[in-house]
Amino acid sequence: MDTFLAPRKRPSFTEFAAERLVKASGIMAIVFVFLIFAFLLREGVPAFGEVKLDNLFSTRWYPIEDYFGMWPLIFGSLVVTIGAAIIAMPIGLLTAIFIAEIAPRWLREILKPLIEIVAGIPSVVLGFFGIVILAAVVRETLNLPTGLTAFTGSLILAYMALPTIVSVAEDALDAVPRSYREAALALGATKWQTIWMVTVKAARSGILTAMMLGIGRAIGETMAVLMVTGNAGRIDWSPQSLFMPVRTMTATIAAEMGEVAQGSTHFHVLFAIGIVLFAITFLVNLAASFAIFRQSKRSARLLS
Amino acid sequence: MSRFAIQRLGIAALVLVTIAVIVPIILVVGVIVVQGLPAINLEFLLTAPRDGMRAGGIWPAIVGTFWLTIGTAIFSVPLGVAIAIYLSEYARDNAFTRTIRLAIINLAGIPSVVYGLFGLGLFVLALGFGSSILAGSLTLSIMTLPVIISTSEEALRSVPQSFRTVSISLGGTQWQTIRKVVLPNALPGIITGVILGLERAAGETAPILFTVAAFYLPTLPNSIFDKTMALPYHLFVISTQVPGMPLQLQFGTALVLLVFVLSMTLVATIIRSYYRRKRVW
Repeated sequence: MDTFLAPRKRPSFTEFAAERLVKASGIMAIVFVFLIFAFLLREGVPAFGEVKLDNLFSTRWYPIEDYFGMWPLIFGSLVVTIGAAIIAMPIGLLTAIFIAEIAPRWLREILKPLIEIVAGIPSVVLGFFGIVILAAVVRETLNLPTGLTAFTGSLILAYMALPTIVSVAEDALDAVPRSYREAALALGATKWQTIWMVTVKAARSGILTAMMLGIGRAIGETMAVLMVTGNAGRIDWSPQSLFMPVRTMTATIAAEMGEVAQGSTHFHVLFAIGIVLFAITFLVNLAASFAIFRQSKRSARLLS
Repeated sequence: MSRFAIQRLGIAALVLVTIAVIVPIILVVGVIVVQGLPAINLEFLLTAPRDGMRAGGIWPAIVGTFWLTIGTAIFSVPLGVAIAIYLSEYARDNAFTRTIRLAIINLAGIPSVVYGLFGLGLFVLALGFGSSILAGSLTLSIMTLPVIISTSEEALRSVPQSFRTVSISLGGTQWQTIRKVVLPNALPGIITGVILGLERAAGETAPILFTVAAFYLPTLPNSIFDKTMALPYHLFVISTQVPGMPLQLQFGTALVLLVFVLSMTLVATIIRSYYRRKRVW
């Protein structure tokens, strides 16, 4: 049987060339990741020689006077991202549950493309909307001196993370076998109890992946954050700091790279921030992909 | 409270949350359309900016974004589809394949501004392309690869296995099978994926900041080694860096960018649903 279905034994040159070419393309995907990492290191590592470590890890970012403390920038990214996660995670999960479990088919066919539209809106357009309209709304309703705050950034980031969270979580809920729900309903559970006690539990690693991919998107987002967070580097752990301007890692690179001399210390430090960003998103994505692997193994075990 | 009352309250809460998600989408798009529409006329679309960008049009930015999108397609489509063919048709489930998949997941997760740094380091400086359409397109193409690969692979995998078996049983080689049977059947899905990937490239700002984008350049690019204006960067510049910029022109630029990008989504959706209905299997 195998000999019938296997391709001819002696491949022609085209055959050979096509397979090699296609395989070489596959290798390129790995090469690109290495190249990206290599060039970040090449331009970023000199920073650690040119700037003293206690300067790099100080709390003052003021490059004109050679203060290159990264903590305020890491703090800024952290505040904005955590704020976005707190807003987007519950809303995203609830929306996914509504779409997957409750909405009738016709409504689902309207809601899904509508949410995908958000994924298509360029971040600079959302940033523009943030400056012109959202910042004013935030300033007026919360009675703040400026509307360009970490909170405004979190709102926009939450919005940008929503399509990822909703679509991945919805896929995870959709993948839960029908028989699970039917068993719960047959035992007398209401639809609501079935959702929380059976469906969401069975889909939990997929939901976790959704959350992490959403957060990964939020950390790396640049333009919208640059435009609406006010860009003042500082560290302040009090809760009010959410309603003051912050400066994130991504915004710092985007705002300052255009103005520095190539090869200067400031130039190298900006690449070093790029290394930190690369490392953080690499870890988040690695964690998210392991959650996917674990899920597929578990479902394989359950179904066998 | 009975469990049925809880259920009614719970479902009502879900409906409210979903409405809270949907309303801002309509609001954002609606406000930009309503405020931007009065700015749109032939002069705005087809002339260069004047008076430090405070008057005139956005033609050079439209042309720049057009060429960048084409440039991105030239590099990323052949490579992305080839990788998808490898993963769907040739790759076995082994460590090598898993490494490729992990690499693609990571490419998808790298922040756009880090792509900008990489493009600056490799294409602009190390390879000496300078700040140019070539450097910008290459940077954008690597960023778009993951989208093109994952959607194309899904399209290839959705072609039924029996199609391949029949082709091979008729004496076709593997490459003939891919070229004459699998690819044509997967084509609508691949085109949809390519459009969605290019749409992302057209709207991105951070990767082109240091690799191609010009602050104010009223002339059109002549070669792939020229800098150019681009719509997303132009919107960023006029909404943050130009004092006294008329708000209407800002909304107009945002509307043109939004239409440019969302019309690509629309085309992709139409192709997808048209061929899904026509599909023979």
